[in-house]
Amino acid sequence: MSTDLRAGAQSSLKWILLGIGLVFALVPFVWMVTGSFRTEADLFAAPDRLWPATWSLHGYRGIWAELPFLRLIVNSFVFAGVTTLLCLLFDSMCAYALARIRFRGSTLCFWLVIATLMIPFQVTLIPVFVELFHLGWLDTYQGLILPRATSAFGIFMLRQFFISIPRELDEAARIDGAGHLRIYFRIILPLAKPALATLAVLHFMNLWNDLLWPLIVTSSTDMRTLPAGLTLFGGQHVIDHAVLLAGATISLLPLAIAFFLAQRYFVAGVATTGLK
Amino acid sequence: MSTTSTASASGARGVARRGGSAPDTGTTPRRRRIRWQPAWLFMAPSLTIIAVFIAYPIVESFRYSLYDWRVGADSQEWLGLGNYTELFGDERFWNALRVTVIFAVASVALQLLLGYAAAAALQRDGWFNRVVRSAFFFPTVVALAVIGLVWRFLLDPQIGLVSGLIERFGGDPVQWLQDPALALPTVIFVSVWKNVGFTMIILLAALKGVPAQLYEAARLDGASGWRLTRHVTLPSIRPALLFATMIMTINSLQVFDLVYVMTNGGPLFATDTLVTMMFREGFENFRIGYASAIAWVLFALILLLSALQLKLFRYRDVD
Repeated sequence: MSTDLRAGAQSSLKWILLGIGLVFALVPFVWMVTGSFRTEADLFAAPDRLWPATWSLHGYRGIWAELPFLRLIVNSFVFAGVTTLLCLLFDSMCAYALARIRFRGSTLCFWLVIATLMIPFQVTLIPVFVELFHLGWLDTYQGLILPRATSAFGIFMLRQFFISIPRELDEAARIDGAGHLRIYFRIILPLAKPALATLAVLHFMNLWNDLLWPLIVTSSTDMRTLPAGLTLFGGQHVIDHAVLLAGATISLLPLAIAFFLAQRYFVAGVATTGLK
Repeated sequence: MSTTSTASASGARGVARRGGSAPDTGTTPRRRRIRWQPAWLFMAPSLTIIAVFIAYPIVESFRYSLYDWRVGADSQEWLGLGNYTELFGDERFWNALRVTVIFAVASVALQLLLGYAAAAALQRDGWFNRVVRSAFFFPTVVALAVIGLVWRFLLDPQIGLVSGLIERFGGDPVQWLQDPALALPTVIFVSVWKNVGFTMIILLAALKGVPAQLYEAARLDGASGWRLTRHVTLPSIRPALLFATMIMTINSLQVFDLVYVMTNGGPLFATDTLVTMMFREGFENFRIGYASAIAWVLFALILLLSALQLKLFRYRDVD
């Protein structure tokens, strides 16, 4: 009897705490979206309300006028999209060699890749900036993309995955006269689709969200990505909050849609590695 | 794990038979002849990028830290360990180190606690639990820049929802990010709010892996509630706890985005971390050598704490 009561009290406490957690998790996003439709006067008059007095679209008009916003969106897609594709290609090629070809130095190469995993990004940041300066690549797409176009983590993860694919498959193809290129494209890559999808989601998310790297490599407003552009714009004196909230909402949209369509890849990606 | 080793073992046999266009045995004694080795072609793009943009920069970074390095200058002044001695005498550096360590310790501890609570509460697979898990996980995938911006506005004393609610219930607006005493705890709170979903996901996977028989056996022995958690659950998920703690520690020592967006290190350097200080010295004051020295101290700190945590967890393993 008393254990029943205690269990009941415990479970209701659990539901109350979960409810509070839900409110904390969701309200900021709701406020961001509704706030992007509120006028400045409305925000000042009733900061305690979650809902606009009247819905205004001026924030969504303002963001295009105040910033080269379309350009920021394009830059974000180019930076995150192209870098992710190159990363998948280069990482999988390197992982194929490490997992499937026996050659002198392969163990050494593998350990070199692992060693670079330990290096914090900040240590290489400044010399890479200087290199890009000397190459004349600052404030360009190639400067943004190429230094990030491979990842030690991706090579490591794909190598582990490729090793688990039965060797008999390559051998059969080799007897049929296939070379490494055909085996890589026709056998290994199609079988590695789940791993590649997880890695793609992870890379795209991290690159789309990245702030420090684009902030350092780009200097003109026209080359900024969404996080960098919004941050620098928001760092100035904020005249209209709805404009920035509208920008934040739009920049969140692609990831939010991807999240609802393919949540399991996000979970898998985040669970296999650390995140920013 | 076992499938991996058998696969590679059978692979080794397969290669020894040799065939196809690429001769690639690792065991033949006469390998002096230069051969067409396709592996290097496959690795060329990645290895080039790693060499140019990771390996060489590491060496360069350490070299910069020994000079009073300026971008584009004709000659750089050699300082030896000068940057490091200046750093260890710099009040700002000790402040940034203190802020970084407080940030890391507090946010990792809170994330572990709340992440474990959420994972334990949402263990069962029902549609409702799944929805709640998604809601807790969602902030993890959102840019820190966006989260920092939204929370900065939410906490704004004039237009923010938080102050609005406080005022409605008769309180005075709080200067969350403008008060030097409150700014760091506030940034820590937002960081925990964002990352608790990560800890939850890792620990959920671990909790599902605990064999049910362990719980049954412990229950037969009369264990329940906290004793069950203490003696069955926590020891079983120790590897996941270690993994989560290390990842969170490394990430929080490198905190930049959130601080840069919410406070830019202020007020009065109350939230100035090692990386925001490095950014300021390197990219605003253009003291490349000095900023590089900060990066190396950060690197050393990360290695030290990682080693410490590994040791700590292994030590407990022996008990």
